[in-house]
Amino acid sequence: MAAGSFLRGLLRRPTAVAGLLVIAAVVVAALFAPLLAPYAPDDQMFDGLSLEGAPLPPSAQFLLGTDTLGRDLLSRLVFGARTSLLIGLVANGTAVMIGLFVGVMAGYLGGFAGAALMRFTDLMTAFPALLLAIVLAALLKPSLWIVALVIAMVNWVQVARIAYTETRSLVERDFILAERAMGAGPARILGLHILPHLVPTAIVWGTLGIATTVLLEATLSFLGIGVQPPEPSWGNIVFESQSYFESAPWLVFFPGAAILATALAFNLVGDALRDLLDPTQRGRG
Amino acid sequence: MAALFLRRIVQAALILLGVAAITFLMLYALPADPAVLLAGRNATPQTVANIRHQLGLDQPLAVQFWHYLVDLVQGDLGRSFNQKTAVAPLIAARLPATLTLMAAGIAIEVVIGLTLGVVAALRRDGFVDRAVMTMSFVGVSTPQFLVALLLLYVFAATLGWFPMSGYGTAAHLVLPAFTLGILGAGWYARVVRSAMIDVLGQDYVRTANAKGLSAPRVVLRHALPNALLPVIAMIGIDIGQFMGGTVVVEAVYGWPGIGQLAWQAIQQVDIPIIMGVTLVSALAIVLGNLFADLVAPLIDPRIRTA
Repeated sequence: MAAGSFLRGLLRRPTAVAGLLVIAAVVVAALFAPLLAPYAPDDQMFDGLSLEGAPLPPSAQFLLGTDTLGRDLLSRLVFGARTSLLIGLVANGTAVMIGLFVGVMAGYLGGFAGAALMRFTDLMTAFPALLLAIVLAALLKPSLWIVALVIAMVNWVQVARIAYTETRSLVERDFILAERAMGAGPARILGLHILPHLVPTAIVWGTLGIATTVLLEATLSFLGIGVQPPEPSWGNIVFESQSYFESAPWLVFFPGAAILATALAFNLVGDALRDLLDPTQRGRG
Repeated sequence: MAALFLRRIVQAALILLGVAAITFLMLYALPADPAVLLAGRNATPQTVANIRHQLGLDQPLAVQFWHYLVDLVQGDLGRSFNQKTAVAPLIAARLPATLTLMAAGIAIEVVIGLTLGVVAALRRDGFVDRAVMTMSFVGVSTPQFLVALLLLYVFAATLGWFPMSGYGTAAHLVLPAFTLGILGAGWYARVVRSAMIDVLGQDYVRTANAKGLSAPRVVLRHALPNALLPVIAMIGIDIGQFMGGTVVVEAVYGWPGIGQLAWQAIQQVDIPIIMGVTLVSALAIVLGNLFADLVAPLIDPRIRTA
């Protein structure tokens, strides 16, 4: 598919356009956080709390209100976008690479090694993913990178399965047979003929997976075992303020809305990409 | 049928063995030392060594794993480090709460999902259809804790219709069950919609319409049963998902299920309980798949011969 018609196809879908706009906004917020945030994210301001020491609701001075320590919520959200995107890219990028590697290897090798790799993948699907992530995150020293690693270890399975199925069907095709007959080695076949076919899969799951990753990071941080305060993440802002949610609901709902909007945006764009890149799926589901 | 059943059971047993092995290795490879944690802050090295010996942690890893497996086959999940009791009864005591929540959550998903899915398929490109297609994505993009806190804020804190947290009465069940149910319902609706659209285009549905059957009868009696197959598969998946995936909901609502048990155990590095809950959750995932595999032929006779 030519790049132009691909782009037109994407822009013809209102949901995909909306998703792209949200993603653009989050990326801009993450890149230019220090310029966009009205205050420093960890500045505990004296005038950020009421006389009784309670967080302030949204006002002209603090557009989204302040948190329980008198920090500006908008500034924390803008800096939190960095955390979410960084984890989304690192964790999900790693997961896609592990998944591609395992799937392609299993599909290309076939035989006992391939079967063993895929049985291991099956085994991982029977693993309670959230529980696994919680156990790992709780027992390792939680930090941004550990959270990314934990998420990558949970999320590679689906990519591996799809990559395996696609590689299996590619290996049987005549053009691969022809390459082999001409004496091409595994590196040439894998690198020049199989991997390029998997690029659409990688793009689609790379996008959809970021939604899963953003949600998982938020969940782990919400449980207090993800990104650790004072480093702001959308999940740990909710974690820090959930016991005040009756008196200060904005502290839960603004970060919640940011998580929802971001995950939704990546899901919508990923779905549109799947439609465009995989014609067999078009108009289904 | 019997051969299939037997093969499935052997597969399930192998998967559980694998899960047990991986969990075991993982937990012992981690830096947290349960003996040190149990002994407390002021313990002498001698106390720590004693505790390690008591728990059998000073034996070689393979020996520990073998003992673990032998016990496991006898239904013994070991003893909790902190609570000094057997793990199996601890989990068994929490199971009813989680199973109740799971059943209620799945029931809500199915009822909302079927209704919206059928309406969307019948009125293609109508308002409900567009709403379903969008909402299904919202459902899978929303963090559970957000819905849990939102429902708490509106229906418990503000309106006071339901209790804030706890367990025991039907009123306690409503908010946690809806938190699980409404998030999944959108995807059920999407799947039902797509299956219904396939079925409604079939010849036998046209025949049923042509011979003058009423529209509700065609939809409910002729079309819907054939669109149920993917719903069964999704229920099977959810049985597995909800067993290990209700940690957040149970934490927010103070629901005393195995998610809460696991959550407490994780904070105390109570490895036998963590392993027990992981195994029970893996068992639920395996059983959920088994359920889908075994119920599908009952609904669709074509699968029976395969």
